[in-house]
Amino acid sequence: MYNAGKVIFFIIVLILFFTIPMWLNFGRLEAIPQPELPKEEKKCVESKDYMKAYHMKLLDNWRKRAIRENQHMYIASDGEKYTISLQRACMKCHTEKEKFCDRCHNFVITHPDCWDCHIAPEVAKKWQ
Amino acid sequence: MNALVSFIILVILIFIPWIGVGVLCLDSLFGIIIPYACFLVFVIGLIYRIIYWAKSPVPYKIPTTCGQQKSLPWVKRSLKDRLESPFYTWEVILRMFLEIVFFRSLFRNLRADLYGKRLIYGSAKWLWLGAILFHWSLFIILLRHLRLFTYPVPSLIQGLDYLDSFIQTLGVPPVYITDILILAGLTFLLLRRFIDSKVSYLSYGSDFFPLFLIIGIVVSGILMRYYFKVDLYAVKQLTLGLATFNPSIPEGAKIGVIFYIHLFLVSSLAAYFPFSKLVHMVGVFFSPTRNMANNNRAVRHINPWEYPVKHLTYAEFQERFRDVMEQAGIPIDEEVEKEEHEWYSIYIPGKEPPKIKV
Repeated sequence: MYNAGKVIFFIIVLILFFTIPMWLNFGRLEAIPQPELPKEEKKCVESKDYMKAYHMKLLDNWRKRAIRENQHMYIASDGEKYTISLQRACMKCHTEKEKFCDRCHNFVITHPDCWDCHIAPEVAKKWQ
Repeated sequence: MNALVSFIILVILIFIPWIGVGVLCLDSLFGIIIPYACFLVFVIGLIYRIIYWAKSPVPYKIPTTCGQQKSLPWVKRSLKDRLESPFYTWEVILRMFLEIVFFRSLFRNLRADLYGKRLIYGSAKWLWLGAILFHWSLFIILLRHLRLFTYPVPSLIQGLDYLDSFIQTLGVPPVYITDILILAGLTFLLLRRFIDSKVSYLSYGSDFFPLFLIIGIVVSGILMRYYFKVDLYAVKQLTLGLATFNPSIPEGAKIGVIFYIHLFLVSSLAAYFPFSKLVHMVGVFFSPTRNMANNNRAVRHINPWEYPVKHLTYAEFQERFRDVMEQAGIPIDEEVEKEEHEWYSIYIPGKEPPKIKV
Protein backbone atom coordinates (compact mmCIF):
# COMPACT_ATOMS: atom_id res chain seq x y z
CA MET A 1 0.00 0.00 0.00
CA TYR A 2 1.35 3.41 -0.98
CA ASN A 3 1.06 6.44 1.33
CA ALA A 4 -0.04 4.07 4.07
CA GLY A 5 -0.05 6.74 6.79
CA LYS A 6 -2.35 9.08 4.89
CA VAL A 7 -4.61 6.26 3.72
CA ILE A 8 -5.08 4.82 7.20
CA PHE A 9 -5.81 8.31 8.53
CA PHE A 10 -8.39 8.71 5.77
CA ILE A 11 -10.02 5.37 6.59
CA ILE A 12 -10.25 6.30 10.27
CA VAL A 13 -11.82 9.68 9.45
CA LEU A 14 -14.31 8.01 7.14
CA ILE A 15 -15.33 5.42 9.72
CA LEU A 16 -15.63 8.10 12.40
CA PHE A 17 -17.85 10.13 10.09
CA PHE A 18 -20.21 7.27 9.32
CA THR A 19 -20.47 6.22 12.94
CA ILE A 20 -21.16 9.75 14.24
CA PRO A 21 -24.48 8.70 15.84
CA MET A 22 -22.70 6.15 18.01
CA TRP A 23 -20.13 8.70 19.20
CA LEU A 24 -22.72 11.38 19.84
CA ASN A 25 -24.80 8.99 21.96
CA PHE A 26 -21.81 7.54 23.74
CA GLY A 27 -22.21 7.96 27.48
CA ARG A 28 -24.89 10.63 27.30
CA LEU A 29 -27.95 8.64 26.33
CA GLU A 30 -30.97 9.67 28.38
CA ALA A 31 -34.14 7.73 29.10
CA ILE A 32 -36.73 8.08 26.35
CA PRO A 33 -39.38 10.50 27.64
CA GLN A 34 -42.94 9.21 27.84
CA PRO A 35 -45.78 11.63 27.13
CA GLU A 36 -48.24 11.79 30.00
CA LEU A 37 -51.70 10.70 28.85
CA PRO A 38 -54.84 12.02 30.54
CA LYS A 39 -56.10 9.71 33.28
CA GLU A 40 -59.87 10.18 33.07
CA GLU A 41 -60.42 10.33 29.35
CA LYS A 42 -59.57 7.22 27.32
CA LYS A 43 -60.79 8.31 23.91
CA CYS A 44 -59.33 11.05 21.72
CA VAL A 45 -60.95 12.79 18.76
CA GLU A 46 -59.76 10.09 16.41
CA SER A 47 -58.10 6.72 16.98
CA LYS A 48 -54.79 6.56 18.82
CA ASP A 49 -52.79 5.40 15.80
CA TYR A 50 -54.26 8.15 13.64
CA MET A 51 -53.55 10.80 16.25
CA LYS A 52 -49.96 9.63 16.72
CA ALA A 53 -49.16 10.02 13.05
CA TYR A 54 -51.56 12.69 11.80
CA HIS A 55 -52.33 15.04 14.72
CA MET A 56 -50.44 17.91 13.10
CA LYS A 57 -52.46 17.53 9.92
CA LEU A 58 -55.65 17.49 11.97
CA LEU A 59 -54.65 20.60 13.90
CA ASP A 60 -53.62 22.37 10.72
CA ASN A 61 -56.99 21.45 9.24
CA TRP A 62 -58.73 22.74 12.35
CA ARG A 63 -56.89 26.01 12.13
CA LYS A 64 -57.93 26.49 8.51
CA ARG A 65 -61.56 25.70 9.30
CA ALA A 66 -61.82 27.84 12.40
CA ILE A 67 -59.86 30.86 11.22
CA ARG A 68 -60.45 30.98 7.50
CA GLU A 69 -63.82 29.26 7.07
CA ASN A 70 -65.50 30.12 10.34
CA GLN A 71 -66.44 26.50 11.03
CA HIS A 72 -66.22 25.55 14.68
CA MET A 73 -67.62 22.04 14.64
CA TYR A 74 -65.58 18.93 13.84
CA ILE A 75 -67.35 15.68 13.11
CA ALA A 76 -65.03 12.78 13.89
CA SER A 77 -64.97 9.59 11.83
CA ASP A 78 -67.15 7.87 14.47
CA GLY A 79 -69.79 10.60 14.16
CA GLU A 80 -69.08 12.39 17.42
CA LYS A 81 -68.97 16.19 17.38
CA TYR A 82 -66.16 18.27 18.84
CA THR A 83 -65.54 21.98 19.16
CA ILE A 84 -62.64 23.08 16.99
CA SER A 85 -60.27 24.63 19.45
CA LEU A 86 -56.76 23.82 20.59
CA GLN A 87 -57.11 25.27 24.02
CA ARG A 88 -60.75 24.47 24.75
CA ALA A 89 -60.87 21.01 23.12
CA CYS A 90 -57.41 19.41 23.02
CA MET A 91 -56.06 20.95 26.16
CA LYS A 92 -59.17 20.17 28.13
CA CYS A 93 -57.77 16.65 28.54
CA HIS A 94 -54.10 17.19 27.65
CA THR A 95 -53.83 19.91 30.20
CA GLU A 96 -50.09 20.30 30.42
CA LYS A 97 -48.09 21.23 27.33
CA GLU A 98 -44.77 20.41 28.92
CA LYS A 99 -45.78 16.92 29.98
CA PHE A 100 -47.60 15.99 26.79
CA CYS A 101 -46.70 18.01 23.68
CA ASP A 102 -43.14 18.91 24.49
CA ARG A 103 -41.98 15.47 25.57
CA CYS A 104 -42.39 13.95 22.13
CA HIS A 105 -41.57 17.11 20.20
CA ASN A 106 -38.29 17.56 22.03
CA PHE A 107 -37.50 13.88 21.62
CA VAL A 108 -37.89 13.76 17.84
CA ILE A 109 -37.02 17.47 17.31
CA THR A 110 -39.89 19.15 15.54
CA HIS A 111 -40.60 22.83 15.39
CA PRO A 112 -44.36 23.25 15.70
CA ASP A 113 -45.54 26.85 15.38
CA CYS A 114 -48.65 26.44 17.57
CA TRP A 115 -47.17 28.51 20.35
CA ASP A 116 -46.33 31.43 18.14
CA CYS A 117 -49.97 32.49 18.59
CA HIS A 118 -51.38 30.31 21.36
CA ILE A 119 -50.31 30.64 24.93
CA ALA A 120 -50.05 27.43 26.89
CA PRO A 121 -52.24 27.40 30.04
CA GLU A 122 -49.29 26.95 32.38
CA VAL A 123 -47.52 29.94 30.81
CA ALA A 124 -50.70 31.99 31.04
CA LYS A 125 -51.07 31.02 34.71
CA LYS A 126 -47.61 32.33 35.48
CA TRP A 127 -48.55 35.72 34.10
CA GLN A 128 -51.84 36.02 35.94
CA MET B 1 -33.76 0.01 -22.33
CA ASN B 2 -31.02 0.58 -19.73
CA ALA B 3 -33.32 2.97 -17.93
CA LEU B 4 -36.24 0.56 -18.09
CA VAL B 5 -34.29 -2.33 -16.53
CA SER B 6 -33.02 -0.03 -13.76
CA PHE B 7 -36.54 1.16 -13.11
CA ILE B 8 -37.86 -2.41 -12.92
CA ILE B 9 -35.14 -3.27 -10.39
CA LEU B 10 -36.23 -0.28 -8.29
CA VAL B 11 -39.86 -1.42 -8.42
CA ILE B 12 -38.80 -4.90 -7.27
CA LEU B 13 -36.79 -3.33 -4.45
CA ILE B 14 -39.87 -1.39 -3.37
CA PHE B 15 -42.07 -4.48 -3.40
CA ILE B 16 -39.71 -6.59 -1.27
CA PRO B 17 -40.30 -4.66 2.00
CA TRP B 18 -43.89 -3.94 1.02
CA ILE B 19 -44.65 -7.64 0.95
CA GLY B 20 -42.12 -8.52 3.65
CA VAL B 21 -43.56 -6.12 6.22
CA GLY B 22 -47.05 -5.47 4.96
CA VAL B 23 -48.00 -9.10 4.40
CA LEU B 24 -45.46 -11.31 6.14
CA CYS B 25 -44.86 -8.97 9.12
CA LEU B 26 -41.09 -9.49 9.11
CA ASP B 27 -40.57 -6.23 10.99
CA SER B 28 -37.33 -7.14 12.71
CA LEU B 29 -35.78 -8.52 9.51
CA PHE B 30 -36.41 -5.29 7.61
CA GLY B 31 -36.03 -2.97 10.60
CA ILE B 32 -32.92 -4.40 12.23
CA ILE B 33 -31.11 -7.22 10.46
CA ILE B 34 -31.04 -5.86 6.92
CA PRO B 35 -30.02 -2.30 7.92
CA TYR B 36 -27.17 -3.62 10.08
CA ALA B 37 -25.99 -6.06 7.41
CA CYS B 38 -26.09 -3.39 4.70
CA PHE B 39 -24.28 -0.86 6.86
CA LEU B 40 -21.57 -3.44 7.52
CA VAL B 41 -21.27 -4.15 3.78
CA PHE B 42 -21.04 -0.40 3.21
CA VAL B 43 -18.20 0.19 5.66
CA ILE B 44 -16.21 -2.94 4.80
CA GLY B 45 -16.77 -2.37 1.08
CA LEU B 46 -15.47 1.18 1.32
CA ILE B 47 -12.38 0.08 3.24
CA TYR B 48 -11.79 -2.63 0.65
CA ARG B 49 -12.03 -0.09 -2.17
CA ILE B 50 -9.71 2.34 -0.39
CA ILE B 51 -7.05 -0.31 0.19
CA TYR B 52 -7.45 -1.59 -3.36
CA TRP B 53 -6.85 1.89 -4.72
CA ALA B 54 -4.05 2.62 -2.29
CA LYS B 55 -2.26 -0.47 -3.56
CA SER B 56 -2.31 0.73 -7.16
CA PRO B 57 1.01 2.32 -8.08
CA VAL B 58 1.09 5.73 -9.71
CA PRO B 59 4.00 5.46 -12.12
CA TYR B 60 4.16 9.12 -13.08
CA LYS B 61 3.37 12.43 -11.51
CA ILE B 62 0.41 13.47 -13.59
CA PRO B 63 -1.41 16.47 -12.11
CA THR B 64 -3.55 18.30 -14.63
CA THR B 65 -2.41 21.88 -14.76
CA CYS B 66 -3.52 25.07 -16.43
CA GLY B 67 -1.65 27.71 -14.49
CA GLN B 68 1.86 29.08 -14.16
CA GLN B 69 3.99 26.51 -12.42
CA LYS B 70 6.50 27.49 -9.76
CA SER B 71 9.53 28.71 -11.59
CA LEU B 72 12.26 31.31 -11.17
CA PRO B 73 11.78 33.70 -8.26
CA TRP B 74 10.68 36.68 -10.39
CA VAL B 75 7.95 34.70 -12.17
CA LYS B 76 4.90 35.70 -10.21
CA ARG B 77 2.11 33.25 -9.39
CA SER B 78 -1.36 34.36 -8.50
CA LEU B 79 -3.70 32.33 -6.29
CA LYS B 80 -5.29 30.92 -9.43
CA ASP B 81 -1.90 29.65 -10.61
CA ARG B 82 -1.30 28.10 -7.22
CA LEU B 83 -4.63 26.24 -7.48
CA GLU B 84 -4.21 25.23 -11.10
CA SER B 85 -0.60 24.20 -10.79
CA PRO B 86 0.02 23.46 -7.12
CA PHE B 87 3.60 23.12 -5.97
CA TYR B 88 3.33 22.90 -2.19
CA THR B 89 1.19 20.48 -0.20
CA TRP B 90 -1.05 23.25 1.13
CA GLU B 91 -1.80 24.28 -2.44
CA VAL B 92 -2.78 20.71 -3.25
CA ILE B 93 -4.98 20.57 -0.15
CA LEU B 94 -6.70 23.82 -1.10
CA ARG B 95 -7.19 22.54 -4.62
CA MET B 96 -8.68 19.27 -3.39
CA PHE B 97 -10.89 21.12 -0.92
CA LEU B 98 -12.35 23.37 -3.59
CA GLU B 99 -12.77 20.37 -5.88
CA ILE B 100 -14.64 18.30 -3.30
CA VAL B 101 -16.71 21.08 -1.79
CA PHE B 102 -17.47 23.24 -4.82
CA PHE B 103 -16.81 20.89 -7.80
CA ARG B 104 -14.41 23.39 -9.31
CA SER B 105 -13.41 21.29 -12.29
CA LEU B 106 -17.05 20.67 -13.18
CA PHE B 107 -17.53 24.42 -13.24
CA ARG B 108 -15.28 24.43 -16.30
CA ASN B 109 -17.56 21.97 -18.05
CA LEU B 110 -17.95 22.71 -21.75
CA ARG B 111 -20.37 21.47 -24.32
CA ALA B 112 -19.70 21.03 -27.98
CA ASP B 113 -22.40 21.65 -30.55
CA LEU B 114 -22.53 21.74 -34.29
CA TYR B 115 -23.92 24.97 -35.71
CA GLY B 116 -24.28 24.19 -39.38
CA LYS B 117 -20.81 22.92 -40.15
CA ARG B 118 -19.07 24.75 -37.36
CA LEU B 119 -18.19 23.04 -34.10
CA ILE B 120 -18.73 25.49 -31.26
CA TYR B 121 -17.59 25.00 -27.69
CA GLY B 122 -19.53 26.87 -25.08
CA SER B 123 -19.77 27.12 -21.33
CA ALA B 124 -22.25 24.71 -19.74
CA LYS B 125 -22.83 25.35 -16.07
CA TRP B 126 -26.10 23.47 -15.75
CA LEU B 127 -24.44 20.17 -14.93
CA TRP B 128 -22.45 21.89 -12.21
CA LEU B 129 -25.61 23.46 -10.80
CA GLY B 130 -27.54 20.19 -10.85
CA ALA B 131 -24.64 18.32 -9.28
CA ILE B 132 -24.07 20.85 -6.53
CA LEU B 133 -27.78 21.06 -5.71
CA PHE B 134 -27.95 17.30 -5.43
CA HIS B 135 -24.75 16.68 -3.49
CA TRP B 136 -25.16 19.48 -0.97
CA SER B 137 -28.80 18.66 -0.35
CA LEU B 138 -27.93 15.01 0.16
CA PHE B 139 -25.21 15.95 2.64
CA ILE B 140 -27.51 18.23 4.62
CA ILE B 141 -30.28 15.63 4.56
CA LEU B 142 -27.81 13.05 5.85
CA LEU B 143 -26.74 15.33 8.71
CA ARG B 144 -30.35 16.26 9.43
CA HIS B 145 -31.24 12.60 9.88
CA LEU B 146 -29.02 12.59 12.95
CA ARG B 147 -32.03 13.95 14.82
CA LEU B 148 -33.42 10.43 14.61
CA PHE B 149 -30.21 8.72 15.66
CA THR B 150 -29.11 10.75 18.68
CA TYR B 151 -30.65 11.70 21.98
CA PRO B 152 -30.20 14.33 23.25
CA VAL B 153 -29.85 15.81 19.78
CA PRO B 154 -26.85 18.15 19.45
CA SER B 155 -27.93 21.76 19.15
CA LEU B 156 -26.06 22.05 15.85
CA ILE B 157 -28.32 19.40 14.31
CA GLN B 158 -31.39 21.01 15.87
CA GLY B 159 -30.37 24.35 14.37
CA LEU B 160 -29.77 22.77 10.98
CA ASP B 161 -33.18 21.12 11.08
CA TYR B 162 -34.80 24.39 12.10
CA LEU B 163 -33.11 26.36 9.33
CA ASP B 164 -34.00 23.72 6.75
CA SER B 165 -37.67 23.81 7.73
CA PHE B 166 -38.10 27.53 8.37
CA ILE B 167 -40.55 28.00 5.48
CA GLN B 168 -43.77 27.34 7.37
CA THR B 169 -46.27 28.63 4.84
CA LEU B 170 -46.54 25.51 2.71
CA GLY B 171 -48.46 23.39 5.19
CA VAL B 172 -47.78 21.20 8.16
CA PRO B 173 -45.26 19.71 8.75
CA PRO B 174 -43.10 22.50 7.33
CA VAL B 175 -41.44 21.76 4.01
CA TYR B 176 -37.73 21.03 4.07
CA ILE B 177 -35.89 23.25 1.61
CA THR B 178 -33.39 20.50 0.87
CA ASP B 179 -36.23 18.16 -0.10
CA ILE B 180 -37.19 20.53 -2.89
CA LEU B 181 -33.60 21.22 -3.93
CA ILE B 182 -32.56 17.57 -4.07
CA LEU B 183 -35.59 16.74 -6.20
CA ALA B 184 -34.73 19.61 -8.53
CA GLY B 185 -31.11 18.43 -8.79
CA LEU B 186 -32.03 14.78 -9.31
CA THR B 187 -34.67 15.64 -11.91
CA PHE B 188 -32.13 17.62 -13.86
CA LEU B 189 -29.50 14.87 -13.63
CA LEU B 190 -32.03 12.28 -14.80
CA LEU B 191 -33.57 14.36 -17.59
CA ARG B 192 -30.09 15.17 -18.84
CA ARG B 193 -29.54 11.46 -19.45
CA PHE B 194 -32.83 11.15 -21.32
CA ILE B 195 -32.89 14.36 -23.32
CA ASP B 196 -29.27 15.03 -24.28
CA SER B 197 -28.67 12.45 -27.02
CA LYS B 198 -24.89 12.44 -26.50
CA VAL B 199 -25.22 11.70 -22.79
CA SER B 200 -28.06 9.28 -23.41
CA TYR B 201 -25.80 7.30 -25.74
CA LEU B 202 -23.20 7.02 -22.97
CA SER B 203 -25.63 6.00 -20.23
CA TYR B 204 -25.65 2.46 -18.94
CA GLY B 205 -27.92 0.78 -16.43
CA SER B 206 -25.31 1.52 -13.78
CA ASP B 207 -25.84 5.23 -14.48
CA PHE B 208 -29.61 5.09 -14.29
CA PHE B 209 -29.97 2.73 -11.35
CA PRO B 210 -28.29 4.92 -8.69
CA LEU B 211 -30.36 7.88 -9.89
CA PHE B 212 -33.59 5.91 -9.71
CA LEU B 213 -32.64 4.46 -6.35
CA ILE B 214 -31.86 7.85 -4.84
CA ILE B 215 -35.02 9.33 -6.35
CA GLY B 216 -36.90 6.38 -4.81
CA ILE B 217 -35.38 7.14 -1.41
CA VAL B 218 -36.14 10.84 -1.65
CA VAL B 219 -39.70 10.31 -2.85
CA SER B 220 -40.46 7.68 -0.20
CA GLY B 221 -39.04 10.01 2.44
CA ILE B 222 -41.10 12.94 1.22
CA LEU B 223 -44.27 10.82 1.04
CA MET B 224 -43.59 9.59 4.56
CA ARG B 225 -43.18 13.13 5.89
CA TYR B 226 -46.08 14.82 4.17
CA TYR B 227 -48.66 12.24 3.06
CA PHE B 228 -48.54 8.70 4.45
CA LYS B 229 -47.45 9.75 7.88
CA VAL B 230 -45.93 7.36 10.39
CA ASP B 231 -45.62 7.44 14.13
CA LEU B 232 -42.37 9.36 14.43
CA TYR B 233 -42.07 8.64 18.13
CA ALA B 234 -41.96 4.90 17.41
CA VAL B 235 -39.61 5.45 14.47
CA LYS B 236 -37.14 7.27 16.66
CA GLN B 237 -37.29 4.51 19.26
CA LEU B 238 -36.28 2.08 16.53
CA THR B 239 -33.57 4.23 14.94
CA LEU B 240 -32.11 5.26 18.28
CA GLY B 241 -31.99 1.58 19.19
CA LEU B 242 -30.07 0.90 15.97
CA ALA B 243 -27.58 3.66 16.71
CA THR B 244 -26.95 2.47 20.26
CA PHE B 245 -26.66 -1.25 19.40
CA ASN B 246 -29.75 -1.95 21.43
CA PRO B 247 -32.24 -2.48 18.63
CA SER B 248 -35.83 -3.41 19.19
CA ILE B 249 -39.05 -3.03 17.25
CA PRO B 250 -41.19 -0.71 19.39
CA GLU B 251 -44.05 -2.64 20.92
CA GLY B 252 -47.62 -1.54 20.75
CA ALA B 253 -47.00 0.80 17.83
CA LYS B 254 -47.08 -0.37 14.25
CA ILE B 255 -44.84 1.75 12.05
CA GLY B 256 -46.25 2.26 8.54
CA VAL B 257 -44.92 0.20 5.64
CA ILE B 258 -43.67 3.34 3.91
CA PHE B 259 -41.01 3.63 6.62
CA TYR B 260 -39.75 0.12 5.91
CA ILE B 261 -39.70 0.86 2.17
CA HIS B 262 -37.62 3.98 2.83
CA LEU B 263 -35.29 2.08 5.15
CA PHE B 264 -34.91 -0.84 2.74
CA LEU B 265 -34.07 1.46 -0.17
CA VAL B 266 -31.48 3.26 1.98
CA SER B 267 -30.04 -0.10 3.00
CA SER B 268 -29.88 -1.15 -0.65
CA LEU B 269 -28.09 2.07 -1.50
CA ALA B 270 -25.59 1.52 1.32
CA ALA B 271 -24.87 -2.04 0.24
CA TYR B 272 -24.65 -1.05 -3.43
CA PHE B 273 -22.51 2.00 -2.77
CA PRO B 274 -18.99 0.52 -2.60
CA PHE B 275 -19.45 -1.52 -5.75
CA SER B 276 -20.89 1.14 -8.00
CA LYS B 277 -19.97 4.47 -9.52
CA LEU B 278 -21.18 6.09 -6.31
CA VAL B 279 -17.87 5.20 -4.71
CA HIS B 280 -16.48 8.32 -6.40
CA MET B 281 -17.09 9.75 -2.93
CA VAL B 282 -13.86 7.97 -1.97
CA GLY B 283 -12.34 7.86 -5.44
CA VAL B 284 -12.13 11.64 -5.71
CA PHE B 285 -9.44 11.58 -3.02
CA PHE B 286 -7.45 9.08 -5.03
CA SER B 287 -7.44 10.81 -8.42
CA PRO B 288 -3.77 11.40 -9.24
CA THR B 289 -4.52 14.22 -11.65
CA ARG B 290 -5.86 16.20 -8.69
CA ASN B 291 -4.02 15.05 -5.60
CA MET B 292 -0.42 15.38 -6.81
CA ALA B 293 1.73 18.47 -6.71
CA ASN B 294 3.22 19.79 -9.93
CA ASN B 295 6.78 19.71 -8.58
CA ASN B 296 8.45 17.29 -10.96
CA ARG B 297 11.58 19.40 -11.22
CA ALA B 298 12.04 19.82 -7.50
CA VAL B 299 10.98 16.46 -6.07
CA ARG B 300 11.76 13.24 -7.85
CA HIS B 301 8.82 10.91 -8.20
CA ILE B 302 10.02 7.33 -8.02
CA ASN B 303 8.03 4.96 -10.13
CA PRO B 304 6.96 2.15 -7.82
CA TRP B 305 7.11 -0.23 -10.73
CA GLU B 306 10.83 0.31 -11.18
CA TYR B 307 12.96 -2.79 -10.93
CA PRO B 308 16.48 -3.62 -12.14
CA VAL B 309 16.05 -3.80 -15.90
CA LYS B 310 17.32 -6.89 -17.63
CA HIS B 311 19.92 -5.81 -20.12
CA LEU B 312 23.00 -6.88 -21.96
CA THR B 313 26.12 -4.70 -22.06
CA TYR B 314 27.83 -4.18 -25.37
CA ALA B 315 30.74 -6.36 -24.25
CA GLU B 316 28.39 -9.24 -23.51
CA PHE B 317 26.53 -8.67 -26.75
CA GLN B 318 29.74 -8.70 -28.72
CA GLU B 319 30.90 -11.83 -26.91
CA ARG B 320 27.69 -13.61 -27.70
CA PHE B 321 27.42 -12.66 -31.35
CA ARG B 322 31.10 -12.44 -32.16
CA ASP B 323 30.95 -15.16 -34.84
CA VAL B 324 27.93 -13.70 -36.55
CA MET B 325 29.38 -10.20 -36.42
CA GLU B 326 32.69 -11.31 -37.88
CA GLN B 327 30.92 -13.14 -40.68
CA ALA B 328 28.90 -10.04 -41.42
CA GLY B 329 32.01 -7.90 -41.39
CA ILE B 330 30.98 -5.78 -38.43
CA PRO B 331 34.11 -4.46 -36.72
CA ILE B 332 34.84 -5.94 -33.32
CA ASP B 333 35.69 -3.44 -30.61
CA GLU B 334 38.36 -5.12 -28.50
CA GLU B 335 38.71 -2.23 -26.09
CA VAL B 336 35.12 -2.26 -24.90
CA GLU B 337 34.88 -2.21 -21.13
CA LYS B 338 33.50 -5.21 -19.34
CA GLU B 339 31.39 -4.34 -16.31
CA GLU B 340 29.91 -6.39 -13.54
CA HIS B 341 26.17 -6.38 -13.24
CA GLU B 342 23.43 -8.51 -11.96
CA TRP B 343 21.05 -8.84 -14.84
CA TYR B 344 21.73 -9.88 -18.33
CA SER B 345 20.10 -11.49 -21.18
CA ILE B 346 18.16 -11.58 -24.28
CA TYR B 347 14.89 -12.10 -22.59
CA ILE B 348 12.55 -14.62 -24.11
CA PRO B 349 9.24 -14.89 -22.30
CA GLY B 350 8.81 -18.23 -20.61
CA LYS B 351 12.40 -19.22 -21.14
CA GLU B 352 15.34 -19.06 -18.76
CA PRO B 353 17.83 -16.45 -19.93
CA PRO B 354 20.89 -18.06 -21.52
CA LYS B 355 23.85 -18.24 -19.17
CA ILE B 356 26.77 -16.40 -20.66
CA LYS B 357 30.15 -16.35 -19.02
CA VAL B 358 31.82 -13.06 -19.61
